Amino acid sequence: MTFKTTLLAGVAFACLATAGSAQTLRWGAARDINSLDSYSYGSTFTISFLNHVYEGLVRYNSDLEIEPALATEWEVLPNNVWRFKLRQGVKFHDGAEFTADDVVTSLTRVSHPDSPLKGNLPAYKSATKVDDYTVDIELVGTYPLLLNDLTNIHIFDAGWLKEHNAELPTDVAKKVEGYPTFNANGTGPFIVESRVPDSKTILVANEGWWDEAQHNLKRIEFTPIASEATRVAALLSGEIDFTEKAPVQDLPRLAAAPNVKVMEGNELRTIMFGFNFQDKLHNGEPNLFKEKKMREAVGLAIDLNLIRDKVMRGKSRVTGTVVAPAIPGYDAALDTPPVYDPEKAAAMIKELGAEGYAFEIMCSNDLWVNEEEICNALVSMLTRVGLAPRLNIAPNAVQQVKLTNGEADMFAFGWANEPMLDSYSILLQTFQTKSDNAGVFNWGGWSYPEMDKLIIAASTELDREKRLAMQSAALKIVKDESIMLPFHQQPMAWATSDKVETVVQLSDNKGRHWLTRMAE
Amino acid sequence: MTVNLKSPGVLARLRQSDLWWSFTHQRSAVFAAVLLTVLIVSAFTAPLYAPQNPFDPAQLELWNAEIPPIWLEGGQWPYLLGTDTQGRDILSAILYGSRISILIGIASVVFALVIGIGTGLVAGYYGGFVENALMRVGDILLSIPTILIAILVSAIVRELLPPNLREIGAGAVLVLAIVLSGWVQYARTVRAQTAVERRKEYVQAAQLLKVPARRIMFSHILPNTLTPILVAATLNFGMAILTEATLSFLGIGMPPSQPSLGTLIRIGNQFLFSGMWWIVLFPVLQLCLLVVSVNLLGDWLRDALNPKLR
Amino acid sequence: MIVFLIKRLANAALVMLVVALMAFMIFRFVGDPIQLMVNEQTTQAERDALRERLGLNESVAMQYLRFVGNAVQGDFGISYRNQQEVMSLIAERFPATIELVLMATFISLVVGVPLGVITAIHRGKWYSEGLQFLSIIGVSLPSFVIGILLILVFSVMLNIAPAFGRGDVVSIGWWTTGLLTPSGRAALILPSIALSFYQITLVMRLVRAEMLEVLRADFIKFARARGVPTWRVHYSHALRNCLMPVVTMTAMNIGALIAFALITETVFQWPGMGLLFIQAVTFVDIPVMAAYLCIVSFIFVALNTLVDITYALIDPRLRNAKA
Repeated sequence: MTFKTTLLAGVAFACLATAGSAQTLRWGAARDINSLDSYSYGSTFTISFLNHVYEGLVRYNSDLEIEPALATEWEVLPNNVWRFKLRQGVKFHDGAEFTADDVVTSLTRVSHPDSPLKGNLPAYKSATKVDDYTVDIELVGTYPLLLNDLTNIHIFDAGWLKEHNAELPTDVAKKVEGYPTFNANGTGPFIVESRVPDSKTILVANEGWWDEAQHNLKRIEFTPIASEATRVAALLSGEIDFTEKAPVQDLPRLAAAPNVKVMEGNELRTIMFGFNFQDKLHNGEPNLFKEKKMREAVGLAIDLNLIRDKVMRGKSRVTGTVVAPAIPGYDAALDTPPVYDPEKAAAMIKELGAEGYAFEIMCSNDLWVNEEEICNALVSMLTRVGLAPRLNIAPNAVQQVKLTNGEADMFAFGWANEPMLDSYSILLQTFQTKSDNAGVFNWGGWSYPEMDKLIIAASTELDREKRLAMQSAALKIVKDESIMLPFHQQPMAWATSDKVETVVQLSDNKGRHWLTRMAE
Repeated sequence: MTVNLKSPGVLARLRQSDLWWSFTHQRSAVFAAVLLTVLIVSAFTAPLYAPQNPFDPAQLELWNAEIPPIWLEGGQWPYLLGTDTQGRDILSAILYGSRISILIGIASVVFALVIGIGTGLVAGYYGGFVENALMRVGDILLSIPTILIAILVSAIVRELLPPNLREIGAGAVLVLAIVLSGWVQYARTVRAQTAVERRKEYVQAAQLLKVPARRIMFSHILPNTLTPILVAATLNFGMAILTEATLSFLGIGMPPSQPSLGTLIRIGNQFLFSGMWWIVLFPVLQLCLLVVSVNLLGDWLRDALNPKLR
Repeated sequence: MIVFLIKRLANAALVMLVVALMAFMIFRFVGDPIQLMVNEQTTQAERDALRERLGLNESVAMQYLRFVGNAVQGDFGISYRNQQEVMSLIAERFPATIELVLMATFISLVVGVPLGVITAIHRGKWYSEGLQFLSIIGVSLPSFVIGILLILVFSVMLNIAPAFGRGDVVSIGWWTTGLLTPSGRAALILPSIALSFYQITLVMRLVRAEMLEVLRADFIKFARARGVPTWRVHYSHALRNCLMPVVTMTAMNIGALIAFALITETVFQWPGMGLLFIQAVTFVDIPVMAAYLCIVSFIFVALNTLVDITYALIDPRLRNAKA
């Protein structure tokens, strides 16, 4: 036993030296990013991390308003052409100059038919270089939301892409090099020093950044810690300085700890459940969710307030519509969740002859806050009204393939309307009938022509009032038809160690560490 | 004086045997046996008295979630050990969970014994090519760490099953995984013993009398090989329970809809730091009590049956 | 002697071929590799071309041979999840697992041998019985429970050691080591203790059993009769004869420890091969699973073969025994 005591004492001394150096932010995240290539996955989290490394032509400021970034000014020309004047004197991390060629190559890459991100630039037609610092972007028609879209389209260096055979989107099947997946070269406030997937990604400050640095960080060490208990332990013991997903059930304990600060709020992301609209369920049985009454019955069987109180610990905001209040296009008249009525639900199910109806609910265990618990509660509530749901839960990487192939009968879904910050986003990408550029996330295969008409009309309406009115009408159809059942806006909870002085948290739940300051 | 010529019955013989003497004089063995019996009986009679069937989603009430154990403030009858975040009663959960853990443990050991003994007898009796081939298979399986075999079999069979069978079949898949990694040691022991016994005179006599091979193997040779097998089986029962718990903890074992003790620990681990320690502590205690009692019994059995220590 | 050597090596090679066969079958028949590699926009023509290029249209035997050929050169393909070469992924993680296992083995010997000696020499005393009881508890606790408890007590409550990760590491050529940095050493403590628990009890029991045997031997009685001091009898004479089986068992168990380390790595988020494997299982990343199976089995088989050969070199009686 003496040996062990000596060992522990020695360790204690060793540990005094392991406290992170003053300006290194150790970020313990809930999951890893998918790739260093922001075009390779439509993942908001990955893109928000890469915002530290790459930049777009415009960006959102701390009030969530659009301001110039790599572009300094713009004007709308006739024939649906937008002309952008580019910022001069900006250098990529490898030293290359930022010019119009880079913009053209990047936009071509992101809008390529094989690009997973092409749905984020729906109205794009082509880009042309006018001179070294001017670019013309041609759209397919009048489209009011181009700037919103451009905030998340990162600009790559044309020469770098060419040198590494990466001008086309990464495509393993076609043997197109995945160089940007593991290497990064942007214009942003931080440079990628190293990346080990599922282990650690290290960023260092870009001393040559064109903008004035409001942060005082030298390094960011990003480590995914999937286990919630471990993440909390790491916070409490001071091994990490920041997490963007502090588990809801541990917030009281974290708040009580003297060396941890908790920042809570409601984010823009709305969690909802969607249905399969095909003829058959995934197991081949006839699909009863095509009936509106069936979907309504399911809606009545769910006690949203109980889920908020028990599963979300009172931190979520129950909603009756699929967009958050802060999003332009939110209509308070639609924000009326159904009143919990299990007897009525059971009666409706009996009427439809759906007693004992077996189907699968597909959820991920590492995506939304407490998703597994919400889904478990859902199974319990639906069983009680006479249905026989089964839960299919796995990491999102596994579920994603099945979801996009339409294999789910009922599925969990979340949408924040990013980066557009307009209800057009969810209408276009989720509720419009699936086609080339629309309905990329229409996993259930629904199709409502009247709604499509409204959405298409809104896409070319430059008058904001009129456009938002059309979008509200479309959202009303979503609600009346119960295409998706909205649950709540997710709580967001950040936790920081006492070494972090200021960190900016906006309702889009994105880390913005170019604004973070640590104690000296 | 009359001499009692009747030979004593089985029970009487048992009570007079060395084994029984050794058992009653070893406190830990008696304690372990009693504990194990209590655990097994309570687990299997659970449906009679448990407050809730935690596997039935219709019985879970979300507003009963996160109730602490009854001796703490906020505790509620009948949730003696509290409830988890889904409203599942912890006491019911560990009783039903123990049932699953024990069943899987027993099934794994029984099947492994059957396959192992069968293989060992055949290999030892027939020798030659058959013995070589069977033992090679065993060698190869022994070259892969058991936990690895268990994980791979579990993961792969589940992938191959259609989705609606996956949850129901989880228990069977686990048993398969543990059996595949566990039968070899029985086969080896039995084979070695059989090879020795085969050359003994009583076997040769039986062969001369044209007693069928099967009968020789099972009725004559097998009883003589049982002692080391018994010890190994008892200890492996504990290992099987631990392996199942480990696989469930890693997420590839029993699903949350039919939780075993390992699954309960995995779920409870998430809430360790939020103050709801009862969700993880009680399944851990139950698992440890179960395995400790099995191991104590196994240890005693090994010492009692070890000819060198008598 | 040569015959024995060849026999053992041939044996090992055969075993590895069969393991490779199992890995290959996992690779080809669980899930459709094409399905897992392309996105849904890929046309049928492109899928067929990929199938041709990956050699999936050839006979199973040919594919198997190609797989073995590649495996021997260390080429296990590309991870479905990370799109990185599997071998480089495993090579990155290999040092972490090995350092953990070696540390755990070291601890188990340093702690287990003395404890085993104590329980043998002072047989029957209360602390001896107590230690034996504790050893049963040690064997009965699942590895992950021990890990969780260690984190709870030493990391969160007492704040002595880190709860996760490997700390800062130093690269020496291809190897990365945590032993040269204070944070690396600190991070190694809890995981190696957790991993060593089971091994400590094994070592303890083995040492105890061996010591008890040896202490009954004639030469011990003789030494005592000669007046050699007791402690010398115990340590110089008795213990030395026990160490051989202990070292053997420990060496052969290193392979098992490497496999068992995956549990410890999961609990402590230790970036080793085991954690990589578990992640591969969760994400159904078949190439990584198959590669891990081959590599860990190889280590297992290699160690066992090595021990067998070494034993035969030392003890001539074994050389002529059936392989």
